[in-house]
Amino acid sequence: MDRLDRLRGPVPPRPHDARAIAALAANPGCARRAVLDAAGVDKDATAAHLGYPAPFGQSPFAITRGNAFESLVKESGCAELLRLLRELLGLPIPLAAYTDLGDVGGNPSAQVRHSHTRKLLDKAARDSDDAGTLYDHPLLRLEIAGHSAYLEPDVVAFRLGGRFHIVEIKSFAVVDGQAEPDKVAAAARQAAVYVLALMNTLEELGHDPRRVSHEVVLVCPENFANRPAATLVDVRPQLAVLRRQLARMARVGAIVDELPPELTFDLAPDADGVPTRPVAELREAVRGVDARYAPDCLSTCDLCFFCRDEASAEGSTDLLGRQVRDALGGVATVTEALGLADGSLTPGEGQEEIARLLRLADRIYAEVG
Amino acid sequence: MISPAAEASAVVDAVLADLPRHRGVVVDSPPGAGKSTLVVRAAGHLAATGEPLMIIAQTNEQVDDLIVRLAEEHPGVSIGRLSAADYAVPQRIMGKASIGTKLPDLGDPAVVVATADKWAWAGGRTWPWAIVDEAYQMRSDKLLRIAGLFERALFVGDPGQLDPFTIVDGDRWAGLSWDPLQSAVAVLLRHNPGLPVHRLPVSWRLPASAAPVVSEAFYPFTGFTAGTGPGDRRLSFTVGGMRTAYDRALEEAAATGWALYELPSRHTVRTDAEAVQAVAVLATRLLQRAPVTFSERGERPVTPGRVAIGAAHRDQVAAIQAAGVPDGVTVDTANRLQGREYDVTIILHPLSGRRDATAFHLESGRLCVLASRHRHACVVVARAGIPELLDAHPSAETVQLNVPVKFPDGWEANQAVLAHLSGHRIEAAPPR
Amino acid sequence: MSTLAALARLRAVHTGTAQRLATVRHCHLSERPMVFIPLRLAGEAAAPLAAMAGTDPGHPRLLVVPQPRDRDLRFAFAAELAEILLPYFEGLQKATETVERRGAEPYERCVDAPQVIVPGRGAVAFVQLLGRSTRFRRAEGPYAVHPSVPVLGRWLTFLAQRAQYPGSSLLLAATEALSLHWATGQSTLEDANLASLVGWIDPPPGMTGASAAREAEDPLVWPPAGPATDPGFDTEVLAPAIRAYEETRSDRAAARVAEAVRSQLEPTWRLMWRAIGLLGTLPAAPGAAARWEGDRTSFTGFAAQLAEGGPPQPKRDGAVGAASRLARMERAQASYDAQRAYDDPLVMAAYRLTGEAFTGTVVATEPDRTEGEGRGRKLRPLVTVRTTDPVRLAPGTRLGTPERRGQQAEVVAIDGEHVTLKIVKGMGRGMAATPGAVPEAGERVCYAALTDEFQPPASLPAPEETPWTHGGPPPEYSPADDEPEEEWS
Repeated sequence: MDRLDRLRGPVPPRPHDARAIAALAANPGCARRAVLDAAGVDKDATAAHLGYPAPFGQSPFAITRGNAFESLVKESGCAELLRLLRELLGLPIPLAAYTDLGDVGGNPSAQVRHSHTRKLLDKAARDSDDAGTLYDHPLLRLEIAGHSAYLEPDVVAFRLGGRFHIVEIKSFAVVDGQAEPDKVAAAARQAAVYVLALMNTLEELGHDPRRVSHEVVLVCPENFANRPAATLVDVRPQLAVLRRQLARMARVGAIVDELPPELTFDLAPDADGVPTRPVAELREAVRGVDARYAPDCLSTCDLCFFCRDEASAEGSTDLLGRQVRDALGGVATVTEALGLADGSLTPGEGQEEIARLLRLADRIYAEVG
Repeated sequence: MISPAAEASAVVDAVLADLPRHRGVVVDSPPGAGKSTLVVRAAGHLAATGEPLMIIAQTNEQVDDLIVRLAEEHPGVSIGRLSAADYAVPQRIMGKASIGTKLPDLGDPAVVVATADKWAWAGGRTWPWAIVDEAYQMRSDKLLRIAGLFERALFVGDPGQLDPFTIVDGDRWAGLSWDPLQSAVAVLLRHNPGLPVHRLPVSWRLPASAAPVVSEAFYPFTGFTAGTGPGDRRLSFTVGGMRTAYDRALEEAAATGWALYELPSRHTVRTDAEAVQAVAVLATRLLQRAPVTFSERGERPVTPGRVAIGAAHRDQVAAIQAAGVPDGVTVDTANRLQGREYDVTIILHPLSGRRDATAFHLESGRLCVLASRHRHACVVVARAGIPELLDAHPSAETVQLNVPVKFPDGWEANQAVLAHLSGHRIEAAPPR
Repeated sequence: MSTLAALARLRAVHTGTAQRLATVRHCHLSERPMVFIPLRLAGEAAAPLAAMAGTDPGHPRLLVVPQPRDRDLRFAFAAELAEILLPYFEGLQKATETVERRGAEPYERCVDAPQVIVPGRGAVAFVQLLGRSTRFRRAEGPYAVHPSVPVLGRWLTFLAQRAQYPGSSLLLAATEALSLHWATGQSTLEDANLASLVGWIDPPPGMTGASAAREAEDPLVWPPAGPATDPGFDTEVLAPAIRAYEETRSDRAAARVAEAVRSQLEPTWRLMWRAIGLLGTLPAAPGAAARWEGDRTSFTGFAAQLAEGGPPQPKRDGAVGAASRLARMERAQASYDAQRAYDDPLVMAAYRLTGEAFTGTVVATEPDRTEGEGRGRKLRPLVTVRTTDPVRLAPGTRLGTPERRGQQAEVVAIDGEHVTLKIVKGMGRGMAATPGAVPEAGERVCYAALTDEFQPPASLPAPEETPWTHGGPPPEYSPADDEPEEEWS
């Protein structure tokens, strides 16, 4: 059995969706996260079993709104979408065929659906007619740490002439040409995952991957209405980051090799899927791989509360944020920093300078505070 | 094969030929590619038509430099200099230009030079021609204040250097084609996408050891070459060394054009005393060894004035100065080293000793400025551990709609420079 | 982050309570602030779900949209909000004072101005969006709304735009105002949670700030301060209540939605007044009053513009408008930074740590020293200060001093712990310094390389003269172009 499989335990690896893959870049310095992700461990379930459930929930209103907007855009064979594409790309698209790649009948495996997508994309890449074709729900695949991840098919691929565009439909509003920058960034990171997967697929099929545009079409509601509007987003920076992170994942073996051979994050689920692993044991296992907690984890990682508590128990200055840690010139704990500041601790080698600064800050604080 | 000189000259000819045909012409000039030469030539060319010309620079120093060169190259062209009331006339421009605070004070010179800030106060007439120097360093709101003064303009600048900045939150204008925080060139081209953009293809400053490194890291889509060959520039010492790590770093830089003086990995405060000390000692040691340069300009001793020390932050600059640097050596931040040239530079790497990189420290323009000021050699001082820092760097940049993506990416540029420097690494001696 | 602010956070972790970052209050605090807590329906840009507003802590007004997807109900909400806010704004326009100006006509300025306090940045953004979605509406024609709605939209837009000016206090985010004055033992990210921030600053009896802050993260104990609601609340309470209203449209169903959102708003309402109380414990900084004067001028000007029937604010700034606003914002930022440092030794401390300022004792002076000859002779008193601060200032640097605002000095030399300065401005005319203008030996003094002196920027072209480099003159602005039928659905 593969070492990563043993780390996960006898359950199938948690599928990586585009959101999870995009999140790989959120904190690459964290070995804990890298190992858990590479092994396909269900971090959400792990956090819950540890007693630190992840603080992420989605409102039913947001889900309803998202679905309603998507169906509006896709109504009558994506008629609305086609209108937007005509305007945006400035192209006369006389006709566009609409193919739903999700519509394969029955309930076939991801693998089967992926090969269906491949076949149609191959054909599409060979056709060089001027008509456009919309491929809804393409099931794309990406290699992650040696595993094939099938991406949830929630985008549309659009081919016109020889070029492919990824179309991403999001329900956050674009008001007077501006949208919330972190939402646009998240959409761009996710779209980049599909762009890369589509590029790889074309390349495997012997086509030029550069036929996939690095400009994705972002479709959002405009202003306060439901009317969709499309914007081109250049995802080259996100693609570069993604490629880097995937290459990094492939190197996770170096971290894994250092881990004790008996280490596992197996939740030992019973027949009903309820974890039976003693919590203390799981805690020790998770703590066996170093984390690098930062407050940003609170919005990106299922294990954030667990790691925050750990950092707090250790009195780590990481708790206060990267800026504070940086201002402290690398002093790792609160006690140490305060000891240097009040002079009760003699600075170690290389700490003279930060100690001088902290003592001065301490003096000024006492003088004016 | 055409020579670099012929190649560069062809571009300049094409620029001059385009001038009467377009309302605006943009020239991208990588570090040391002869931007001032172009400005001076274009000024002579335009002045020869008999039509008055205004030249816009960004700092008083740049204005004075241009006047000196203009007077040298075109002794027959009358020059005026507009200045603020408290401007102290430097010796080097005395007698070369008429100087005044208002246009009527200048007589009627063929060419008038002033900073953008000063031009913004000079209304009253329009000029058929303008040259905007360092146009990528100029914020577009400054251009807005003076663009009404001219009918046609030549915009010259280096797109790889630091972007203009502000101390306030400018998000409300993100995505607008006239975003006041974008550079003058960015806004100009967004409204006038048909204007010709030329690129000077040869760096006359950077030696053959540096041009490819800087070109690949910071100008990935618009490369340039060195004007001199590998053997054309040499740096040697007339005083022997003592085999210390400092000496070895200086010798490596003299021999190859680059050295990475690497201190042991450690997270430090910004004004890392050891790194600051190393920078100061390297500068002192360099001059003690009486370096001499050999180049197309002949054999010349390296005087303190030909040496610069660069850092990212002002407090680092102050700390380096306090650590004792030979008189006459320039110590400054990347922002203020823009557009300047030296024989040898010593730079404190912006990421040295940091645990996390911020957008400020990763900004490609900052490293580009620091790594492209030298004619002969560049010594980089850094703590080990920067590759690990880059590897662990989270990518959480936000994205604004309709804002063009900026290249090169700071992460990639930093990585490229580090990869090159790793071949020129000299480990610092352990402290005694 | 300055080492001082970092140290304050470390001390907060150690002691379990927040530490002071300021000795005085740097924002204005109105005697009758309007607290406004908006809630938005999840997944929508600016669909109001509910709000609590009012100037009396004991009597909040609750506004509810029982079906936030219903356009008419949204505009009814806007009209109801206008009923609360517009009288507040109008009442403050009544009392004015005459401001004399040198070289210009005197003008009238309101003696007070509105202060709207919202929980956090998110609410400020919501105010801006609510303003954007209502200011172009019309009282007649298709999709007519109550006449107060577009007026409200323009006021909200005005407030949101003012909030972008550093140092303005017309629209305050409570979390930001508190964070300016206290450092907690958590990260700045976590400080955006109002309950957790107040927990650190003022923990309930028997609790540490740290434990109060942790408790505040439980949405069942402390509902989010908005505008986003807790997804768990949405699923379990709000969704069924709205569904019931949708089905029956009855008053009873509407009351059920109202009770649901009240449960989410009331804890925040109490927190907001606690936050205001905490800010009130600090004495006001002199600069805060000066900046409030600017706010009052701005308020007076906008009220006049509105009364004259000017058009609603455009959707985006034009080229000229953007450049002019940027210049004003940069000026406000520079003077805000300088004023805070000169008003507050704790703020100044950060500059001392980086060597841009220093505090010390005067050891020698030459009050009658002059420079130059004949008619060019000028008074330039010398002052030598002994300091143990790590001064990093180059000779020639211009300095100001909190002890003598308006005075300027220049660094002459630094020799170990001795800094020699010459006073170059603000020490009196003639050849003798005004008594008291030159500090005496033994006096504690502080000097900093910070200035709030302002150089007026050069003029901008008129918008209709926008040059070709910036797209040429914009099409003439007409609010009629903004379709009133633009949905808000």
